[in-house]
Amino acid sequence: MSIITNINKAFDHRIRLGIMSILMVNEFADFKMLKELLSITDGNLASHAKALEKVEYIKVEKQFIGRKPNTRYSATQLGKLAFKKHIEALEQLIKKSES
Amino acid sequence: MCTIFFLFYFVFQSTLNMTSSDYLNDIKEIKNLMNKSSRFISLSGLSGIMAGIYALIGAWFARQEIGKVYGLKRGTAYVSSNEITIKLLAIAAIVIILAVVTGIILTQRKARKNGEQIFDKTAIKLLINFLIPLATGGILALIILQKGFIGLIAPITLIFYGLACVNASKFTLGHVKFLGFANIILGLVATQYVGYGLYFWAIGFGVFHIIYGGLMYVLVERTTK
Repeated sequence: MSIITNINKAFDHRIRLGIMSILMVNEFADFKMLKELLSITDGNLASHAKALEKVEYIKVEKQFIGRKPNTRYSATQLGKLAFKKHIEALEQLIKKSES
Repeated sequence: MCTIFFLFYFVFQSTLNMTSSDYLNDIKEIKNLMNKSSRFISLSGLSGIMAGIYALIGAWFARQEIGKVYGLKRGTAYVSSNEITIKLLAIAAIVIILAVVTGIILTQRKARKNGEQIFDKTAIKLLINFLIPLATGGILALIILQKGFIGLIAPITLIFYGLACVNASKFTLGHVKFLGFANIILGLVATQYVGYGLYFWAIGFGVFHIIYGGLMYVLVERTTK
């Protein structure tokens, strides 16, 4: 078995990894918050969020706050588990390359 | 043949090394984002020092007031008259207001430097979690005042302030909890020395704040500059 088996393709991008990191420690994050924390454009965030939504790692809820549409994201159980595995795999890789 | 093999080996090695340092960067980025999105990290160490200084000045004034009534030589005092209680409460209120205002101004300055907003989601979470134990303790202290157990006010306020710090530590710089533990222990000790409340207050709110704020300023703020 190769050591990179557990490296998750879905997280193979800085922004997707970032979205997931934020959602691991926050119950919810809305579009604006993610955008500001990651300092990226609307389109960029939307496309990466979509990719994570597709594999069901995050859940997207659209609602209205007053008249303003608000999109909020949360991590699913599946996503949290996948993220943990991915981090463990990263640790393993770094350990291997150090020894 | 051999050269080709070595070339291949070299290329393989370097890509492997490159990716592992990339992964290390990934982990750093993850940690950074987790902290930034869930903790309010712009608390100013300087404001801790200032709060401590105000507390010590307040304690000095309080000592003078008590001295006027009971004489300075007694060293300890079981404060009981209404008039002096009001004076002492006024001093305490001034100290708290000054400390909070200074804290907000200095924190705002630091937040602006960090490119954070002072009242973002993390700050509000921090504030709520800090205020739950603190408000409980404050109300309890007033009830104790009402019932006449004045000697227990200093220990109670110290203990609940400590609990507030421990609770808040999950939403800001984690080491605030050590300030909390110190105040909880001090408060528990203070219950055994009724009458010396003012001195315990001066240590907890004055000296501990100055030490903690100073350490934070030296260790955290200077290194991040």
